[in-house]
Amino acid sequence: MNRYPWWKYTILALALLIGLLYTLPNLYGEAPAVQVSSGKATLKVDASLVPRIEKTLAAAGLQPDFVQFEAGSVKARLRSTDEQIKAKDAIAKALNPDPADPSYIVALNLLSRSPHWLTALHALPMYLGLDLRGGVHFLMQVDMKAALTKKAESTAGDLRTLLRDKNIRHTGIARDGDLVVVRFREQAVLAQAQKLLAEVMPDMDWTATPDGAEFRLTGGLKPVAARAVQDGAIKQNITTLHNRVNELGVAEPVIQQQGSDRVVVQLPGVQDTAKAKDIIGRTATLEVRLANTSAEAMEALRGSGPVPFGSEKYLERDGSPIIVFRQVILTGENLTDAQPGFAGDTPGEAAVHLTLDAKGARIFRDVTRENINKRMAILLFEKGKGEVVTAPVIRSEIGGGRVQISGRMSTAEAADTALLLRAGSLAAPMEIIEERTIGPTLGADNIAKGFASVGYGFAAIAVFMCGYYLLFGVFSTLALALNLLLLIAMLSMLQATLTLPGIAAIALTLGMAIDSNVLINERVREELRGGASPQAAINTGYERAFATILDSNITTLIAGLALLAFGSGFVRGFAVVHCLGIMTSMFSSVMFSRGLVNLWYGGQKRLKSVSIGQVWRPAGSPAVGLDLSADLAAGLAPDGAAARPPQAPAATPSTKR
Amino acid sequence: MEFFRISRDIPFMRHALIFNIFSFVTFALAVFFLLTRGLHLSIEFTGGTVLEVEYTQTANLEKTRAAVDKLGFGEVQVQNFGSSHDVLVRLPVRANIKQADVAPLVFGTLCAAEGGTVAIKAYTSPQGEQVSRPSCSTPAGVEPLKLSRTEFVGPAVGDELASDGAKALAFVVLGIMAYLAIRFEWKFSVAAIIANLHDVIIILGFFAFFQWEFSLAVLAAVLAVLGYSVNESVVIFDRIREGFRKFRKLDTPQVIDHAITSTISRTVITHGSTQMMVLSMLLFGGPTLHYFAVALTIGILFGIYSSVFVAAAIAMWLGVKREDLVKAGGKEQDPNDPNAGAVV
Repeated sequence: MNRYPWWKYTILALALLIGLLYTLPNLYGEAPAVQVSSGKATLKVDASLVPRIEKTLAAAGLQPDFVQFEAGSVKARLRSTDEQIKAKDAIAKALNPDPADPSYIVALNLLSRSPHWLTALHALPMYLGLDLRGGVHFLMQVDMKAALTKKAESTAGDLRTLLRDKNIRHTGIARDGDLVVVRFREQAVLAQAQKLLAEVMPDMDWTATPDGAEFRLTGGLKPVAARAVQDGAIKQNITTLHNRVNELGVAEPVIQQQGSDRVVVQLPGVQDTAKAKDIIGRTATLEVRLANTSAEAMEALRGSGPVPFGSEKYLERDGSPIIVFRQVILTGENLTDAQPGFAGDTPGEAAVHLTLDAKGARIFRDVTRENINKRMAILLFEKGKGEVVTAPVIRSEIGGGRVQISGRMSTAEAADTALLLRAGSLAAPMEIIEERTIGPTLGADNIAKGFASVGYGFAAIAVFMCGYYLLFGVFSTLALALNLLLLIAMLSMLQATLTLPGIAAIALTLGMAIDSNVLINERVREELRGGASPQAAINTGYERAFATILDSNITTLIAGLALLAFGSGFVRGFAVVHCLGIMTSMFSSVMFSRGLVNLWYGGQKRLKSVSIGQVWRPAGSPAVGLDLSADLAAGLAPDGAAARPPQAPAATPSTKR
Repeated sequence: MEFFRISRDIPFMRHALIFNIFSFVTFALAVFFLLTRGLHLSIEFTGGTVLEVEYTQTANLEKTRAAVDKLGFGEVQVQNFGSSHDVLVRLPVRANIKQADVAPLVFGTLCAAEGGTVAIKAYTSPQGEQVSRPSCSTPAGVEPLKLSRTEFVGPAVGDELASDGAKALAFVVLGIMAYLAIRFEWKFSVAAIIANLHDVIIILGFFAFFQWEFSLAVLAAVLAVLGYSVNESVVIFDRIREGFRKFRKLDTPQVIDHAITSTISRTVITHGSTQMMVLSMLLFGGPTLHYFAVALTIGILFGIYSSVFVAAAIAMWLGVKREDLVKAGGKEQDPNDPNAGAVV
């Protein structure tokens, strides 16, 4: 009865294998590496940089373990820190001909030392949290009210233009918080306007109220639209932050949305908060100017003349120069949105759709009317340096504030351009509401302390279990070890971030997981005490203990889920590990330890005793035919224990294998 | 080896009243200290700034305190953290200064007090990672103190954490009660939750009495303990139900006594094992995990006590009877009615 079918053993073996495989990358440690990322918002790093870097390294006589493109940067792993520095210098020299204006950021970094075949299996090491690695953590609050106010402001502007174009007479348009208020003298005009607005601005809810002698039309964003504005604002802020943080050349920056209106920024290895804050808080500006296509300018482009007075030379993204006037037509403030999409007139052609606010739209209409067939340039200024994002030709007068840029663009390029145009500014202001820096030595110290806690605790439990329950204790310890293995493997698979609270949760989970095995072992002993045969005792022991184990794990899980649902950051890390640990412990302590027991005892038909330590039986209870070997541990029982019968050692049938 | 050799059921329930009085007194004391002293909440809840500084020499707390006091932050705490070289400075939220600027300002002041100036130091770690950090150095080229850690939490975040913590506690309490009510019976669910909330209040009472810092980690520990020690009650309740089925001649206190006696070994061994792990954290985990481990230790010790002596006793006072758990049909009877027993 104590035999598992082969498929159960297969599952156990598989779990063991997967556990080992995914735990393995964590044991390799980290190797020095060089990371190349984009230094400019207009430059995008992609896989095409890999051969270039490989060539550069080969020319410098360096042999990297590998060079690969991953998540917006190219990383090369090297054997030693010496080679790493040499490689950094060589790459920096090759990629940045002008060190004063670097296009690429070349930074020293660490990469996992785990072999390629493991990485190919997506077996990656856990990511170390800031408290273990050192670095800075910011929690930023996005001012959503400002985003809505900004939206209302631009709506008010659009409204002014719209009503003028349609010749609807109003006595004033004002913004009141997130609302837009339009006043009319006559109710008939109001009704006309309301009808128009319901059609043109489907995102808004309009309500009419009489206001003294006048009539008032109040518009507010529909809840769905307001949410969309807020979502858009936080997404854009995250994109902007990404662009800016890349410049720090940080190994693996974490920029994540937390809740509906917060952004977490984590920069490992950075302790210099002032610089980090400076970069995060910087604003890039967007400018629209006209291209100078005069004869002098053309000559200047060919390099045979000076740049004409009142103009400047800039480089386009493909590297070709363009001469633009100094006069700024529009700035990024007038641009409310930029989205990639498809051209309206030629199907299938990629395009970028810009939306301008009312003031911008008016200026843009006038400028485009006067400059048909000329080029204009959209420039992005960062750190005082400008770069041309795109320079389209004006084909016709553009009114209404909806601009489409198309032609010679792939979909990916359109998406990039739209991103860059939006990246110019934050959609809503942000404020740092939480900041944490952890020094690198403290991080290393925390790792050592965390591992020591788990290690010594595990050892103490193992020694006790093996001493108290003998072979069953060994099984329990092995089950606990598998639990640890599975827990680490699952955390690695999920690519969870390991923090000190996470390690504490691992320790606590192991301490609690042994509960299941204690329950089982005690039950088996009890069955033996009651006179059951060893095989029957194992069977009923496991079966009866299971209901209790399930109950107790569910109550623990309820607490874990509460922490997961209501905790943030720190507590959440603890809760994730805790909940996962409860799941793995159910598997390892019940199924795996039973598997071991079955493997050891299951085949023996005439099993006389099991090694589960001494099973003491109250005097007078029926003794069963088990061998009466003196238990070495019997002498360790507390002397004079009140309930111990006088002739205990002699009358104690102990079970021993 | 076998620690527990108990031949007869120990009559725990005969002393139930004493245990309950003891519990009530500790509970009342805990509430008293919570009300009079209050919890020493960490900046995670209150908002504020914390700096951890490591001095090369043994830190002179008086000097550090004097230097920070000059900045006029009001109530500032300066204390050792872990070792005599490490100092923790805790500053409250002030309206007149931007929170994000507090940490650099204080570090600058501490550095100046040691005769040094703060500059950004960029270097490559021996592993090959670029690091840049503000460092303090004297003209002699010594680094008298290092900034180990800073933390700043805005007041809004703190309020939110406190309310989230309360919500989490409520969720755990209701969740466990609902589960036990379905699994067993409402009397058990009420008994278990009273017993375990009593643990929680006592942990909080300890933190209030000793004015230990109550941080998010401690809150996590408290909630974990709550889930964990309910286990204990569940195990005993399981046995009580089994006892009601098996021993039809025993009355309720006898059944409870039997249930507790037969699980006592498991209770002590399990909690002992968990405590070994927690002890290891307490000894080797360093100052960050210190109060987390302390909260767990108190929780585990009182968890044993409360689930053994309190939960079952409350269930008994609430009038748990065989019919509640054993669906045997028959008419309803009052177990306290002396004339009813004969019918069973």
